[in-house]
Amino acid sequence: MEVVKVWMADSNVAKFPNSIRTTGLGSCVGVTLYDPVTKVAGMAHVMLPSSTLAKNDEFKSAKYADTALPELLQMVLKEGASKARLVAKMAGGAQMFNFAGGSDTMKIGPRNVEACKEALKKLGIRLIAEDTGGNSGRTVELFTETGVYLIKTASRETREI
Amino acid sequence: MKDPIRNITAFQLDVLKEISNIGAGNAATSLSKLLNKAVDMEVSRVLPMHFNEITEYVGGAEHIVATVFLRIQGDISGNMFFVISTEAARELVKDLIGQAEEEFTEMSYSVLQEIGNILSGSYLTALSDFTGLDLQPSVPSLAIDMAGALLGEGLMELGRSGDYAILIDAKIGLRETLELTVVQNGGGHFFLLPDPESFEKLFTALGVQNHGSS
Repeated sequence: MEVVKVWMADSNVAKFPNSIRTTGLGSCVGVTLYDPVTKVAGMAHVMLPSSTLAKNDEFKSAKYADTALPELLQMVLKEGASKARLVAKMAGGAQMFNFAGGSDTMKIGPRNVEACKEALKKLGIRLIAEDTGGNSGRTVELFTETGVYLIKTASRETREI
Repeated sequence: MKDPIRNITAFQLDVLKEISNIGAGNAATSLSKLLNKAVDMEVSRVLPMHFNEITEYVGGAEHIVATVFLRIQGDISGNMFFVISTEAARELVKDLIGQAEEEFTEMSYSVLQEIGNILSGSYLTALSDFTGLDLQPSVPSLAIDMAGALLGEGLMELGRSGDYAILIDAKIGLRETLELTVVQNGGGHFFLLPDPESFEKLFTALGVQNHGSS
């Protein structure tokens, strides 16, 4: 079994028996798509909510929620997933630092979570589980055999969703 | 917008290194007074880096570190981090309150927060005095968590322009513990991540324009 790595502002796919993993999610969100029959999984490490924030025309689709999810859908379909069977899970969207009267920049985590939900809804993909918010960093791994999404943090026990 | 990071010259990088040395020198003096111990610093490094390399540079995205973060606004904008290993953080707390603490208690958080405030404040004051730029730091905030999650917070603004940052790294530490490698080994790092739009203003303030760019 191999572990497929996903970098920040990047996306990738994994097929059974491999798993797919990203490390150190803070305000970023790790969104996964999974087809339980073909056991194809995709993951995007979303950094920002909307591509309208981009100051540059050339950017990686995986960086923004609104462009990452449509692209991730195409990636898993290409690997044999069926759209009707796809289910989504997500984790991350924390607020790592507490600032008194913090600016919008500091509330990017919750905005990322909302934007990912919005993008999934637009694509008609069901979100079946999430572990979002709080103020802890997360390392996440999706296992293609079971579709289990494993979440580790620095302070608390690992959890599965 | 042209990516200002791609067009930066070797001379400009040297200038950034020098202003970082001045800031870190000031912070080292503050730390030395605070602890009443000899504190050293290393010559700063200026590293144009891909986002993914930055987290690797501090020991990996999952590496647990203590980090004080603040946002700079005013004439130029950017983010600043003071990052130390949890071992070094424990040592600092011990040096200051005279007792070792196994876990990070409310007291040790408070001590570290205060050290972070003092050090980042003295760094930025020196920078502001030297450049003549008005720098308004936000109130610094402390967190102990995965390096990737913490530093990622400072890459958000930069991420809107591209995937690269210029990491201006200055290292300070106690004379006996300062080593040449990264965060794991006892030193504290000041990471300065200017927003891309700030470079031009910074160089103009320093009288170093973009003439030599290729």
